[in-house]
Formats: sequence, C-alpha cells, structure tokens
Amino acid sequence: MTTAIEVHGLGKRFGRQAVLDGLDLAVAEGSVFALLGPNGAGKTTTINILTTLVRPDSGTARVAGYDVTAEPDAVRARISLTGQQAAVDEVLSGRENLLMLGRLSGLDAKGARARAGELLERFDLVDAAKRPVKTYSGGMRRRLDLALSLVVPTPVLFLDEPTTGLDTRSRLELWAVIAEIAAAGATVFLTTQYLEEADRLADRIAVLDGGRLVAEGTAAELKARIGGDVVELRGPDDEVLAELPTDGTVHGLRAAVDELDRHAASAAPGAHVIVRRPSLDDVFLAITAAGHGRDRNPATDLIASKG
Amino acid sequence: MTVITAAGPAAPVRSDELRPRPRLGALTAEAVFIRRSLTHSLRDGEALLMAIMLPVMLMLLFTFVFGGALDPSGGYVDYVVPGIILLCAGFGASSTALYVARDMSSGVIDRFRTMPLHAGAVLTGHVVASVVRNLLATAVVIGVAVLVGFRPTADLAGWLGAIGMIALYILAITWLFAAIGLAAGSPDAASGYGFILLFLPYLSSAFVPVETLPEWLQWIAENQPVTPVIETIRSFLMGTPMEDSGWWALGWCLAIIAFAAWWGAWLFRRKAGRR
Ligand SMILES: Nc1ncnc2c1ncn2[C@@H]1O[C@H](COP(=O)(O)OP(=O)(O)O)[C@@H](O)[C@H]1O
Ligand SMILES: [Mg+2]
Repeated sequence: MTTAIEVHGLGKRFGRQAVLDGLDLAVAEGSVFALLGPNGAGKTTTINILTTLVRPDSGTARVAGYDVTAEPDAVRARISLTGQQAAVDEVLSGRENLLMLGRLSGLDAKGARARAGELLERFDLVDAAKRPVKTYSGGMRRRLDLALSLVVPTPVLFLDEPTTGLDTRSRLELWAVIAEIAAAGATVFLTTQYLEEADRLADRIAVLDGGRLVAEGTAAELKARIGGDVVELRGPDDEVLAELPTDGTVHGLRAAVDELDRHAASAAPGAHVIVRRPSLDDVFLAITAAGHGRDRNPATDLIASKG
Repeated sequence: MTVITAAGPAAPVRSDELRPRPRLGALTAEAVFIRRSLTHSLRDGEALLMAIMLPVMLMLLFTFVFGGALDPSGGYVDYVVPGIILLCAGFGASSTALYVARDMSSGVIDRFRTMPLHAGAVLTGHVVASVVRNLLATAVVIGVAVLVGFRPTADLAGWLGAIGMIALYILAITWLFAAIGLAAGSPDAASGYGFILLFLPYLSSAFVPVETLPEWLQWIAENQPVTPVIETIRSFLMGTPMEDSGWWALGWCLAIIAFAAWWGAWLFRRKAGRR
C-alpha cells in the first residue's frame, strides 16, 4: 500500500485553545477517507494544514509524498480543494470560472476551453454556463465548485463538508460524482458531519474529537466495535419503542429478547421485533460521549478497551 | 464498425488523467488575474456609471457654481482641472479596497492559495485593472474639461509628464487602497476606511491656492502628497512654475507605494487562510 496522506503528531492551537492535539492518520492512495466530527472539532483546521493554507504548530504532514511545510508548491501541484465555503468567482460566469482555472492550472487556451465544455456538460451546467455565478442556486454553486477542482484532475482531492446545506437531490448527485472520482483512482479526503455520507462514500472513517482521532476503521469495523446487532421493538406504525444492543452471541440475543418480553408494549397488537446492524449513529454517539467523559456505559467501555 | 458510446454523461475524471498540475509560465497568473479584474470592472455597472458621472458633475459644479465666485474672470477651470482629476482617480481607486476585501472574505482566495502559483498575483490583477480604469476616467475628465473651456498650454512632453504623474499617483493610491482592503475585516468596512483618503484633495491646493487657506490648514496642505502632485500636473499642463514640487511628488508616490506594498504583503501573509 502506498500512502497518499500521512500525518504524525499534528498540533495546532489558536490562542489558548488546542484545536489539534497530536493528530495521527494515514490515508492509502486511491482510497476515500472520511474525517467525521461535530462542529468545531477541527476538521477544517486539519484540511487547511493538509492543503498548505495553515502551518501546524507541531508534528508533520506529508501529502502525495511531499511535506506540507517544507515543499508546499510540490503539494499544491498535486491537490485540489473544495472548501466549506464555495470558492467561485461570483461576478464571472460558470464557463469563465472554468476557463480561468484552466489557465491557472497550466492549460493553454484551447485545452482550457475543451475541458470547460466537458465539465459544464458533466455537471449539468450547460444552460447556466453564461450566467454570472451570483445567480446560481446553492446546488449549482457546489457543482461548479467541484468542477473547478477537477479542471486538472489531481491525484489528491480534499472536500470540506461537500454537501452541508444541500437538499437531498443535490446531495445524491454530488455523492455520485465523488464516487466516480474515487473510482478513477484519486485519493479523496473528505470531512462531514453526516454519518450516512461517510458510510456511503468512504473506505475508512475516522472520528475526530478533542483534537485527536478517537476511532478509526471501516464503517463495518466501527459498527462492530459497539458489539453485535441491535434488537428493536417497534409499534404498529413502525415507531421504535425499545432498542437493545447485543454482544453478537446467541446468548446475548436471547437475553435481549427475554428483556423485551418484560416490556409492556411487546404484547400490544401490531408490535414486532427487528434485528439490525448497529448504525454509525450508535457508534458516533457512544464514541464522542466517551471522549467528553460523559456517563460511562458498557458500549463506550467496550470501545475504549478495544481501541 | 460502429462505436457505441455509453449513454449518460461522461465520467468527470478518467483514471489515466490523474497528474500534477503543469508548471505555469512566468507572469501567466498575473495575466489571468489582470484579465479577471478588468472583467470585474466592466461588469460593475454602478461603479462604471459613477466613473463617468462624477467628473461631469464635479466639473460643472466647480466651473459654473463655485467658479464665478472664486475667479470672476472665468479662468478657474484651468486652475481646478488637476484637482478634479485627482479627486476622480481617488474615488475610482477606492473600489480596489472593496474588490480586495471581497476576495479575501470569500473562499476564492483559498483556491488560489492551494495552487502552485503566486497568489499575490490576485492583488496585482486588481491594481493593474484600477490603473487602467482610472486612466480612462482621467481621459473622461479631461474631455469634459475641454468642453467647458479648459485650455491647457502643454506640448507633447508636458502631456507625457502630466500623464506619467497622474498614473504614478493612481498607482500609489491604488496600492494603498488594496492594502486597506486587506486590513479591513469585511468589504463594508473597506469602503468605510477608504473614504478618509478621499478627503485629502480638499485639504490641498486643488481648489484654492494654499496661501488663501487658514494658517493651520496651510501647514497640512503643504505637507501632504496631494499638493505637490497637483502642482506638478499644473506645471506640466499650464506652464506654472514647477519649483521642487516634481521631486516631492515623486518621493511621496514612491514612499506610499513602498509602504503599501510592504504592509500589503505582510497583511496578505497574515490574513489569507484564516477567516
Ligand atoms: N483562525 C482561527 N482563529 C481562532 N480560532 C479558530 C480559527 N480557526 C478555527 N478556530 C477554532 O478552532 C476550532 C475548530 O475549528 P474548525 O477546524 O473550523 O472546526 P470544524 O471544521 O470541525 O467545524 C473552533 O473552535 C474554531 O473556533
Ligand atoms: Mg469546518
């Protein structure tokens, strides 16, 4: 495995606040890595350091084989960033934005025109190509923003909360595009607050909390950490009446079902039982609760001992 | 054989295309950003209209409304034109602060800073566009002035000298406005701070000779950049004595450029990437 992004002991503080506190991570070339964390966890700060916008206070970070502080221009030649805030020129049209990026990426006039045409088509922006970007909807703006990052497809792509604030349709469209980019072999580093997004797109997921990673693995591994399947008691309208995590053994399942027997609602007409895999939400809540030293519960203890 | 192409849109990236960005030629980024800023100027309809209306209104105001009181012989237009040129240029250059602040507060600057290019070229683009824009505005001022009776006595060398002086002043004040745009927290604040600079011409020899000002104002007028710049332009266009105004004007403009470039570079390093 070749490593596209490698971070050791990264630290960054703003004033007295330590935003990153010894962050370690590694992302394999050609994989999709999701950095998950609540608002203010330091996701954007991490991306800013990896994309050479902000210097770390301590630790090292290598992207595409180059050190972000020692060789920033070598890193910049190999990355694209679609930030949290749309990086588009509002006055220019969509096509003009793409042409400008093409020229700035070293294409000649003809190459820039051809690439702009391709991307406008692919991102469904042909009809809006000549309109100033300030007239675009949020979804169109995001699509253009991502298209701008692909004018010259770089080996590593950073996406900071790519679908925050988008409606469901635009979100699904963007997911499809990101999956295609990953399929072409690019390394994608994305941050998100949505577990579903990480689950859908990422090969590996890391949870950032308190300035370091508190969990890391595939979606399946993270879900396995919380134990086995979850037994749910649901009412006539499929509403969840009770949720019981199990440890994945036959004994555990039987114990959970026995427990449900004692639940008054289980005898009600229409009540039924569902066994499901734990969701990332279960994992996320358990992990971040542990990080903040909240109430101890068996699930987080389990994670702590396995982690 | 017919090639059947897949229905639906093409993939945004093909695997054989992944590669580093090619190196840019010298000054390519500068050329792209100059073009971008000029396009911005052309599309800013309000500013463009103002650039034409302001000279016309100021010229009419100073020659027909105040002119009679200041110089009943009607020669005031010849005196006041250099002042109006600087007033309009200052006004036109002030939008640079707004454009720069807008770039810095939007995500667009981060995209440029994560590419292997000299991101400061964005500022160069704004500065060059401002100089071009304001030289055109100056042409409008002079055109209107000639229509209302401005009769410069300059020969070709005098005109070249005057245009050189005006261009240097525009460059200096534009750099200063660009730095103010970097220092300001928001585009709105940028327009606010810049406003102060626009008053400088009123406290100079632009509209009345320095000797007629109250004594404390005379001191300000004689020791600020606009007065020697005005006297230099006046000397080139109307043949009034230059004395040492030319050197003072040159020194002031170069000092302002040096200061603004240093301050701007410092602010740019400090500000970019943290919003
Ligand atoms: N330039 C800055 N100056 C001071 N504090 C900052 C700066 N940038 C980020 N922070 C603080 O660092 C913390 C992490 O921010 P950020 O990386 O944006 O988190 P996220 O992207 O996960 O929401 C926040 O508490 C934020 O207020
Ligand atoms: Mg963020």
